[in-house]
Amino acid sequence: MKHMKKILALAMCGAMAAVAFTGCSNNGTTTSGTSEGGNTNLSGTITMTGSTSMQNLCQALQEVFPEVYPNVTIDAQFTGSGAGIEAVTAGTVDIGNASRALTDEEKAEGIVENVVAIDGIAVVVNPANDVTNLTQDQLKQIYTGEVTNWSEVGGPDMAIVVVGRESGSGTRSAFEELLGVEDACAYAQELDSTGGVATTVSSTEGAIGYLSLDALDDTVKSIQIDGVDATEENITAGTYALQRPFVMATNGEISEQSELVQAFFEFVYSEQGQEVVSQVGLITVDGPSAE
Amino acid sequence: MKVKSSNPAVAPSGKTTILGVNQSRKAIERTATIIFFVCGIVAILAVAAITIYLIASGAPALGKVGILDILFGTVWSPTADDPSFGIAYLILASIFGTALAICIGVPIGLLAAVFLAEIANTKVANIVRPCVELLAGIPSVVYGLLGAIILCPLMYDIEAAIFANDPNHQMTGGKNLISAILVLAIMILPTVINVSESSLRAVPQNYRASSLALGASKIQTIFKVTIPAAKSGILTGVVLGIGRALGEAMAVVMVCGNVANVPFPFNSVRFLTTGIVSEMSYSSGLHREVLFTIGLVLFVFIMIINVLVNVVLKKGVEKE
Repeated sequence: MKHMKKILALAMCGAMAAVAFTGCSNNGTTTSGTSEGGNTNLSGTITMTGSTSMQNLCQALQEVFPEVYPNVTIDAQFTGSGAGIEAVTAGTVDIGNASRALTDEEKAEGIVENVVAIDGIAVVVNPANDVTNLTQDQLKQIYTGEVTNWSEVGGPDMAIVVVGRESGSGTRSAFEELLGVEDACAYAQELDSTGGVATTVSSTEGAIGYLSLDALDDTVKSIQIDGVDATEENITAGTYALQRPFVMATNGEISEQSELVQAFFEFVYSEQGQEVVSQVGLITVDGPSAE
Repeated sequence: MKVKSSNPAVAPSGKTTILGVNQSRKAIERTATIIFFVCGIVAILAVAAITIYLIASGAPALGKVGILDILFGTVWSPTADDPSFGIAYLILASIFGTALAICIGVPIGLLAAVFLAEIANTKVANIVRPCVELLAGIPSVVYGLLGAIILCPLMYDIEAAIFANDPNHQMTGGKNLISAILVLAIMILPTVINVSESSLRAVPQNYRASSLALGASKIQTIFKVTIPAAKSGILTGVVLGIGRALGEAMAVVMVCGNVANVPFPFNSVRFLTTGIVSEMSYSSGLHREVLFTIGLVLFVFIMIINVLVNVVLKKGVEKE
C-alpha cells in the first residue's frame, strides 16, 4: 500500500511539474547587450498615445528604454489608433501609435509612417484536417457562424469548432479587425492564452483557431489565406493578408524631431529594440533606411 | 513584578523558586495570548480589507453601466465600440454549474462517507481514506488538465453524436457545461466526504445500538438514525462544497469553453470566476472595473450562502 502511494505521489509530482513548465511562457522582456552610440544622458519625457493593440509593445519599451536612457520616461496612453494619429497631428504628443497603415489624407498632413513592427496572425487547424487553404470570405463565414461544417469549404464532413481568444486580447482584436468581423464572431471557445489555443486546436478535430505568428509550432497546421502561406517572408513582402503594421507616427520626419524622440527611434530600430519587438511576439522590421 | 517585591520568599535570582517559575510562566502565557490575539486579528483584517476593497473597486462600475444592465444584461462584449457588460449568463452558469455539481457530488460524497464511517472494515477504509485525502491535495489545475485531456474529447464524441444534424448547435469541442459540472463534482468530493465522515463518526455509538436493538437493520439505522443525527455536520460539508465549486476558476476555465452563452448542457459557458480569470490580464478602464464588479457579485453570493447556512444550522441545533 505504501509503495502504491509513493508511485501515485510521484505521478502527481510529474503531472504538476509538467503543468508548471507549460505555465512558463516566453513573455519576459529582459534584454542583453547595450545600445550602440547615442548620448545616454538625455533626460525628459516622451509622450505617445494611440493603438490599444500596441500596449504590449509600448509597455515592453517602457521597461527596457530606461535601462539605456535612465533619465527618460515614456508616457504612453492607449486610446485607439485614430485618436493617436489625431493627437500627433494636433501636436499634443510626440508619437501617435497606430496599428494600421496611415491613410493618404493623414500622410498629406505631414504625418510620417514609421513602421516599428509587424503583427502577423496565423490561422491554424488540427493536423488531421486536410483543408490547406481558406479565402478571407470563408474565414469570415466560419468565424461569424455562417459556415459550420468543413465540407462547406472543401474539407471533410466534420463540424467546425471555432476557437478564439478572450476580449481584450490583442491577437483577437487584430484578427477581427483585419477580417472586419469585430464583435460579430460566434466563438465556441474563448481561451486566455496563445498556448491554450494551440493546445486546443491540436487536440480537437475540426477546430480552427488563430494565433500570433511567432507562436506557431508543429502541433497545429497553419493554413494558407487566399493561397498565401503564413510566413515571415510573405508578411514582409506584404502578400499575406492577416497582417498589420505597428506604426509610431511622427509629425514630420524623425530627423525633424527632438533629440529625445530621435534617440527613441534609434533605440527601437536598433538590435536591442527589435529584440523587444520579437519578444512581444511581433515581426521585426529594418530601420527607416530600408523603407 | 508585584508578586516578586511583596514576597520575601523569592530568591534574588528570581528563577529557581516555584514563584519565580510561575512568573516566567505568566510572561509566556501573556505573550502567547498576545500572539493568538494578533493572529485572530489578521483574519478579521483580511476579511475587512477584502470586503472594503471589493466594494470600493467593484461598485463604481455598477453606477457607470447601470446595476440592471450588468446583472440582467445577456450580452458580454466589453471591448466593442458600444460595449455591453451583461453578466446574466455568467451568473446563471455559476448557479447551475454549482447546483448540478452539488447534486452529483453530494450523494456520492455522502455515501462514500457512510461507507468509510459505518460499513467498511478497517483494512478497506485504510485504503480508501488516503485516496480521498490525496484527492483533496491535488491542485485544481491538475483537475482541469485531466478534464481537458480525458473528459472533453469524450464529451466531444457525445456532442458530435447528439448534434450531428443540428445546424443550430455550435460544436464546442467538448468544452461545455457538463464537463465543468463533472470536474466540479469530483473536486468537491473530498470536502464532502471528509466533513461528513467525521460528523458521522461523532454520532454517539448508543444511537446506533438503540436502533439496532429495536430491530432496525444496519441500512435502516444508517438512513433513519445516523445520517439524521449527523445532519448539521453533513450540511456544513455541503456548504463548503458549494463554496469550493462556486469559487473554483482554474480547473473550470480549462473545460468550460468560456464563452458567455446560455448555460445549456452542451453549450460553451462562462462562469463568474472564469470571466475574471481570463480577461483580467489585458483589460483596462471600465472593462477592468466591471471585472471587479463580477468579483463583488461572487463575494455577495458566498456571503449569502454563509448566512443561509448559519441560519439553517442554528435552526437544526434549536430543534435538537
